Amino acid sequence: MLSIKNLYAGISEKEILKGFSLEVKKGEVHAIMGPNGSGKSTLANVLAGREDYEITSGEVIFTPSFGGQGGLNLLEMSPEDRAREGLFLAFQYPVEIPGVSNINFLKTALNEIRAHKGLPPIDAKDFLKLIKEKQALVELQGTLANRSVNQGFSGGEKKRNEIFQMAVLEPTLCILDETDSGLDIDALRIVANGVNKLRSKDRAFVVITHYQRLLDHIIPDFVHVLYDGKIVKSGPKELALELEKKGYDWVKKEFVEA
Amino acid sequence: MSAVLNKPVIVPAQLEGEFKTLLSKTFSSEPDWLKEKRKEAFEKFSDSGIPTRKNEEYKYTDIRKIFSEIFTAIHNEAHDLTPNPSPLGEGSIRLVFVNGWLHKDSTLSVKLPKGVIVGNLAMDGLLNHSDLLKKHLSSDGDSLAQLNSALWTDGAFIYAPENVQLETPIEIIHISTGEKEILASPRHLIVAEKNSSLSIIENNISLDLNTKVIVNSHSDIFVEENSKVQFYRLQNDCKNVSLISSTNVIQGKNSHFDTNTVTLGSEWTRNNLSIALNGENCESHLNGLFITNGTDFIDNHTAVHHNKPHCQSNQLYKGILDGKSTGTFNGKIFVERDAQKTNAYQSSKNILLSDDATINTKPQLEIYADDVKCSHGSTTGQLNEEALFYLRSRGLSVDSARNLLLYAFANDVLDTIKIDSLRTYLEELVNKCLTPALSQGEGVKKQK
Repeated sequence: MLSIKNLYAGISEKEILKGFSLEVKKGEVHAIMGPNGSGKSTLANVLAGREDYEITSGEVIFTPSFGGQGGLNLLEMSPEDRAREGLFLAFQYPVEIPGVSNINFLKTALNEIRAHKGLPPIDAKDFLKLIKEKQALVELQGTLANRSVNQGFSGGEKKRNEIFQMAVLEPTLCILDETDSGLDIDALRIVANGVNKLRSKDRAFVVITHYQRLLDHIIPDFVHVLYDGKIVKSGPKELALELEKKGYDWVKKEFVEA
Repeated sequence: MSAVLNKPVIVPAQLEGEFKTLLSKTFSSEPDWLKEKRKEAFEKFSDSGIPTRKNEEYKYTDIRKIFSEIFTAIHNEAHDLTPNPSPLGEGSIRLVFVNGWLHKDSTLSVKLPKGVIVGNLAMDGLLNHSDLLKKHLSSDGDSLAQLNSALWTDGAFIYAPENVQLETPIEIIHISTGEKEILASPRHLIVAEKNSSLSIIENNISLDLNTKVIVNSHSDIFVEENSKVQFYRLQNDCKNVSLISSTNVIQGKNSHFDTNTVTLGSEWTRNNLSIALNGENCESHLNGLFITNGTDFIDNHTAVHHNKPHCQSNQLYKGILDGKSTGTFNGKIFVERDAQKTNAYQSSKNILLSDDATINTKPQLEIYADDVKCSHGSTTGQLNEEALFYLRSRGLSVDSARNLLLYAFANDVLDTIKIDSLRTYLEELVNKCLTPALSQGEGVKKQK
């Protein structure tokens, strides 16, 4: 589904990703862990298409599982085309947009994605049903869905809103950027449950996190350690526990020695 | 302000001759007090002339350029036209004026509560209610207001007697039309007596207009004790029109005044809005929205005079500017020594969509009382890039993301409109206005 090869990217002339590679197949959940400043957020932003980042070399091939399309050169696509092809980024800091209703925005987004797939706009009744169903998934109150996008939402509500949007738009590749940051234990459980319900054999997840605790709830198939712009260690889910116990210094040391 | 800046400049000689002709012909049957009023006003206008940009109030507004072409104040032709459908559908009482004259055929008369007057100044006003006119027609204002006081031809005369609440909105439509380069001078008088309420929409449009015209309008609005007035001014579809409006509002004790000025697709507009809070516990809300494009020009000047204690005023003006358009917001708040416990707020927010668009904002607060809450704020910027990226990352195209953000920005002002049908009409218009503005930066205001 996603094939990242030897990616070099940075912002304002500072190189952050330095030869990053990753293969994600459909149905898989990959956790990317790493200390502060290792390039976790850069990876998320580059994949979503934020224009502030400069890509110096490498390639990213995205093969959406629906429609039987071949591989797409992700780096040449606009952010909206990536979304329409099924890529979704759950933001670390979801932006507040006063005056734009959550529901209206989501309906516009859903219809633009549907149009891209050659589907007609969703029927108003079906849309309401969909919203209700997906709200329940992340225990998001109806009133929040009707408010302006993220405006006045608590940290937890913002993250739940991200997963809610993910549930409505039904992407094939979900990137979660530090979705656990700023969440209390209850909110963490709700968000993780929402994600778990969305897991399927055709959908892949890249879960970017600093702490292991999210991975207690969202059990990954693979854990990768990102350090200094590239993956320095990969392993099964137990690797996360080891990292939690020993800290990142152990991996750093191993990396420097190697 | 220094007197030097307000020195006389020019009175187009032609206007002087025309004024004499109008006095001896068109205005000849008017009562003497009114003719005197007109003469005095013309003298005041002559003394100061058309303001230049040396006048601080017209620093950003080149009025002389507008008056540099030959316009005639003498005109009264019958026009055969059908105005656009009303934004309110059939639900309003409607007064239609063409180039400053009543257009009888399109004016709808409706059965009104006892004592309510909805008519025109020149007939209903002068013939039947001369005393009310004498009492209320103001002679205040700057030289352009004086010019209207001298030359006004006709306009709405709306009167709510004590204890009458008129639920139905009254629509004043002013149409600019024809082949002649004219100076039209409509004049409106609105009086809400004690415990009464009125809601009024003034809609300025142009229709089959094949040349440039100036519309120099003036409105006096009296909001007496315990009364409520909503006044909506629409300035849409005004191609080839230079619109100048002077509005004087006087509020009595416990009164409530709401106003919205919505300018979408007007070529050249200058609004002077002055509110005097002359009684305690008044409330005043001044809102404005403008969307400009091409070489459009808009200048909103407001002045709120807090003369009595315990009053509240609130101003929100928003602008979206594209192309090479220019906007100005100049808002003054005066709090007199006596006006303790005043709450006065002002906010001007603008979005520039192009590098060539300009906005000038100037808040001015003069406070002579010590126990007041006053604030003002002004922001100008581009669209929020973070928000734009967020929306795009969910699949929205650049255009629909921008549209959604701009619409949300504008909607703050539209939300304050209390007449549902009017709000819906304007929401659609704003949407239409924003869409082409984004794709090519031109051609927002083609009229059918």
